[in-house]
Amino acid sequence: MNGFPILTIMIAVPAAAALWCLFAPGDEATRANNARWSALIATLIDFALGVVLWLNYDAGGAQWQFVEHVDLFGRFAWAMGIDGIALLLIMLSVFLMPICIGASWEAISKRVPEYMAAFLLMETLMIGVFGAQDLFLFYIFFEAGLIPMYLIIGIWGGAERIYASYKFFLYTLLGSVLMLIAMLWMVREAGTTDIPTLMAHDFPVQAQTWLWLAFFASFAVKMPMWPVHTWLPDAHVQAPTAGSVILAGVLLKMGGYGFIRFLLPMFPQASAELFWVVMGLSMVAIVYTSLVALVQTDMKKLIAYSSVAHMAFVTIGLFTFNRQGIEGAMLVMLSHGLVSGALFLCVGVIYDRLHTREIARYGGLATNMPRYAILFLLFTMASVGLPGTSGFVGEFLSLMGSYQANSWVAFVATTGIVLGAAYMLYLYRRVVYGVLDKPDVAAMTDINGREIALLVPIALVVMWMGIYPESFIQPMRRDVGVVLARVDRAWPGGDGRPTAGRAAAPAHGEGHGAPVVAAHGVAH
Amino acid sequence: MIKLIVFLPLLAAIVGGLGNRALGNTVVKLLTTGLLFVSCALSWPIFLGFLGGGMTAHVEPVLTFIRSGDMSVDWALRVDTLTAVMLVVVTSVSALVHLYSWGYMAEDPDQPRFFSYLSLFTFAMLMLVTSDNLVQMFFGWEGVGLASYLLIGFWYHKPSANAAAIKAFVVNRVGDFGFSLGIFGTFLVFGTVSIPAILAAAPGMAGSTIGFLGGRVDTMTLLCLLLFVGAMGKSAQLGLHTWLPDAMEGPTPVSALIHAATMVTAGVFMVCRLSPMFEMSQTALTVVTYVGAATALFAATVGTVQTDIKRVIAYSTCSQLGYMFFAAGVGAYGAAMFHLFTHAFFKALLFLGAGSVIHAMHHEQDMRFYGALRKHIPLTFLAMMAGTLAITGVGIVDVFGFAGFYSKDAIIEATYARGTTAGGIAFFVAVVAALLTSFYSWRLVFLTFFGKARWAASEHIQHAVHDAHGHGHDDHAAAHAHYADHAAPDEGAGSEPHAHDAGADDVKHGTAGYHPHESPFPMLVPLGVLAFGAIFSGFLFHTPFLDAEHGVEFWKGSVAFDAHLMHAMHGVPLWVKLSATVVMVTGFLLALWAYILDTSIPARFTSTFRGLYAFLLNKWYFDELYHVLFVIPAFAIGRFFWRRGDQGTIDRFGPNGIAKLVVGSGAAARRLQSGYLYTYALVMLLGLAAAATWAMTR
Repeated sequence: MNGFPILTIMIAVPAAAALWCLFAPGDEATRANNARWSALIATLIDFALGVVLWLNYDAGGAQWQFVEHVDLFGRFAWAMGIDGIALLLIMLSVFLMPICIGASWEAISKRVPEYMAAFLLMETLMIGVFGAQDLFLFYIFFEAGLIPMYLIIGIWGGAERIYASYKFFLYTLLGSVLMLIAMLWMVREAGTTDIPTLMAHDFPVQAQTWLWLAFFASFAVKMPMWPVHTWLPDAHVQAPTAGSVILAGVLLKMGGYGFIRFLLPMFPQASAELFWVVMGLSMVAIVYTSLVALVQTDMKKLIAYSSVAHMAFVTIGLFTFNRQGIEGAMLVMLSHGLVSGALFLCVGVIYDRLHTREIARYGGLATNMPRYAILFLLFTMASVGLPGTSGFVGEFLSLMGSYQANSWVAFVATTGIVLGAAYMLYLYRRVVYGVLDKPDVAAMTDINGREIALLVPIALVVMWMGIYPESFIQPMRRDVGVVLARVDRAWPGGDGRPTAGRAAAPAHGEGHGAPVVAAHGVAH
Repeated sequence: MIKLIVFLPLLAAIVGGLGNRALGNTVVKLLTTGLLFVSCALSWPIFLGFLGGGMTAHVEPVLTFIRSGDMSVDWALRVDTLTAVMLVVVTSVSALVHLYSWGYMAEDPDQPRFFSYLSLFTFAMLMLVTSDNLVQMFFGWEGVGLASYLLIGFWYHKPSANAAAIKAFVVNRVGDFGFSLGIFGTFLVFGTVSIPAILAAAPGMAGSTIGFLGGRVDTMTLLCLLLFVGAMGKSAQLGLHTWLPDAMEGPTPVSALIHAATMVTAGVFMVCRLSPMFEMSQTALTVVTYVGAATALFAATVGTVQTDIKRVIAYSTCSQLGYMFFAAGVGAYGAAMFHLFTHAFFKALLFLGAGSVIHAMHHEQDMRFYGALRKHIPLTFLAMMAGTLAITGVGIVDVFGFAGFYSKDAIIEATYARGTTAGGIAFFVAVVAALLTSFYSWRLVFLTFFGKARWAASEHIQHAVHDAHGHGHDDHAAAHAHYADHAAPDEGAGSEPHAHDAGADDVKHGTAGYHPHESPFPMLVPLGVLAFGAIFSGFLFHTPFLDAEHGVEFWKGSVAFDAHLMHAMHGVPLWVKLSATVVMVTGFLLALWAYILDTSIPARFTSTFRGLYAFLLNKWYFDELYHVLFVIPAFAIGRFFWRRGDQGTIDRFGPNGIAKLVVGSGAAARRLQSGYLYTYALVMLLGLAAAATWAMTR
């Protein structure tokens, strides 16, 4: 594959399709239909290219693969290349994208070409973010990626869409400006815009704290972390279904990607120093937003708040400074991308039928929508972190890592598994269980072929990741090691520190312990 | 072979679940039940192989699971003596419950779903008992929790069933919170989650300390107690027991399989599986003993006053699980596992028998409306008698005894023989609880099968009689919806406890012209098989499970079998040996006196000790306490965070505040809104231009 610019092609395909959507001739209906099909085909081509990318990625090979480098002007370069971490996030994006197009097939009827173009543009920019190897190129993709999202919420959103986009804008702006300033300083200090080089550069310890805070401001908003999370529920509630899917599925992951790509390897000392900032906010987020999710009456708001809680598992995992935590955090990101995306699709399915997100308006769907009930149950359980689904592996590893880092963090964060079960099962009960006594709800039909085609692939990947997560851990193993090698020296160690014990007879052995121990030895 | 045993039920669940209506009731039922019987038939040779000494422990790998640095987990199936015991218990009871459900669920419109849930449960339980590492055990642990949640809420149109299902899952999650932390801690200390590796390393950990939440504590004590919290949740021990009685909302075959014979014993299994680890912490073992003893006593007291036949048996289960735990706590792991083994048979029998009674009484579950049923459903009566003789532990030393005679008496003797303070307290509690067990078990039998018929007052019976004249049989769903209405006043009866009790004069007598029918063949066969187990399992298997010499050979180190303690059991004084039998007879006589000879006693008792009666009837007010302590605050705090935190503080001073600050009024917000996109793009572009210029001119 070397020499073949596959990443550039993956970026170019949706961009070209977006242009075609916007400028194709014909009357309104033709253009709408044309846009739907070209968007679907373009995203499927990108997905196919993604599969090719994954199959040709050599986990034991060079750290950066599919590298492209074209000097533009001055210090600017079109520099592309991915490691395992980027590969997995690109796969997540190209996998969810055709599903988003399918979810908008009937739900969007006004300004279809523009809508599809916005989505295609977003795909271009998302792949750009994860593939960029140049600091400024990353910045352009990272910030520009939000513009199509603003448009999707602002034009195709619900009644309060303007307020939602305003909030989104305000939060993001602050972080961006600070990050840009930090980037400029870094380039001046290190003399390069090449991300791999910067990842190995040792910045002066006293400067690291300020740089760290500037990047943190931007990424914490994207995650989002408490207390800069309040834009997310509004954005989700107002966005159309596919917008929510891509927002929860991929855009939030840009924050996590930023942490693992910039904060940890570039500013390791600052990361260790500010350990409690991240852990404190994450611990608050898990308890706080889980409790808030419990009292929501709007389905999308509930899932949005649950997203904040889940992303707190990511930040906790990343700042454990050990392999289980970081790999767990990556898996939580992938799993949450799939599961929350699927949950928003599930909400979309019934929203399309009844046009309300009010939980109390539903009930008893298990009777007339049994297939929907099964899929919704699977995603609910995945969100709760049931072993055997994708949700478990990441959450478990990340919490396991957190215990090694600090027992307080593990203790508080693990309460999330209790609270998560409470709010998700409470939601499921109110929507799917109960008596089917509302006539309009009873008239709803079970999911159709198109909806099955959207949900079942996600369900299969969710199970795959839950039963054989090795497929997803293996590509990133070496790259997590690279990050660990950078942060290890800064890490002071956890609070557990078990002391060595001495051999002793079991409590009930008193003098007769010997035969018991011997018998015990036989078994092994 | 072990792969077939474990994965056939999964196959049955998947095919049955996905096939559902396409395959039809009969195909799904044949498939699931058939595969379960195959699984069962394959399990017994393994158990008998360990019994005869022909089998040795081995592990069959299946698939890689998680590899994250030192944390390395595989899907693998471990077979040793402990697993073999659980294999026969799980597959036998499960196969019989599948068969029983042919009859019990015959009128249900949703049978494929029910059977595939049952098979799914069996698969998860088998994964739990065959696990070779803590993570796979956790997989099975949560998997059975899921199946339990689905089956408790099987009649999803009943609000009470839904509430019970969520309660079961969430309370179990509280236990799993401890279990998870225990696994994390174990990994931190031992660097592995493989059970054999942990157990091999544990004996070297005496005196080790570890930092936890700011303090330093004994390493093994901490790990064992965290893991034990998980066991408490799954096995419904005091404090985390509240979900088990409510779980009776599920269909009765489910109660028999999950909430009596198998799932709830997973905690006991876990403690036995990790017994070499628990042996390293005297503190942890003492806690296990006290928690088990407290549960045994608590549940037995509550069981004496319940009127719902299933709830009596549920509290009985809770109490018997307490026995198993304090047996483990004093180091009598063989006795704990033996009681688990025999209890599975007689408790499944009691539940299925109760199901047969409920079936005959048209879904009436209140024993106050039973009576005189022994002539109408004689086979069910005989089965229930076998179960009752087994649980109360009837038998004569060295001659013959029913199942409980061997297992429960072994536990009682072991607590005394241990000679510690905790053991002494456990002994005392065990004897008192045995008295209560005998009393409530016989009370159940007398109220249900003896005395005069009191059916006329039951709304279910009235319905049935009415329907017989009308349009034949009632729709199942309607019957259950109706039950939910009916159950409400029963639950609230605690507020005026003097108003009702069994035998009180205010209950209308008579049969109302109703004729209970004996259950169909598919329900009677499992009763017969389990009755055989309840009668003979103690007699047949007590030697390998308990005997000092044979036990070592049988267990082969799969639990920390204490041969010394088993020897000491034979040396306990005669009064200790007789105590169990004495209290058993006393309990029987008390029940006979109060529920057959002079039926006015319960009413007089309750009106005299009104406070005590209300306390027991309301299950020591645990549910009310938890509601006030946890449920209400969780919602209140959630609302507070949302309204005051997010909206009142963060938004008010954040985005909304800035909007006001910048523009001064709402008009400006509009200006911002129209131009926000361009502003943003502009800022970004300006920034980039500045960056470019700077970078190029340097």
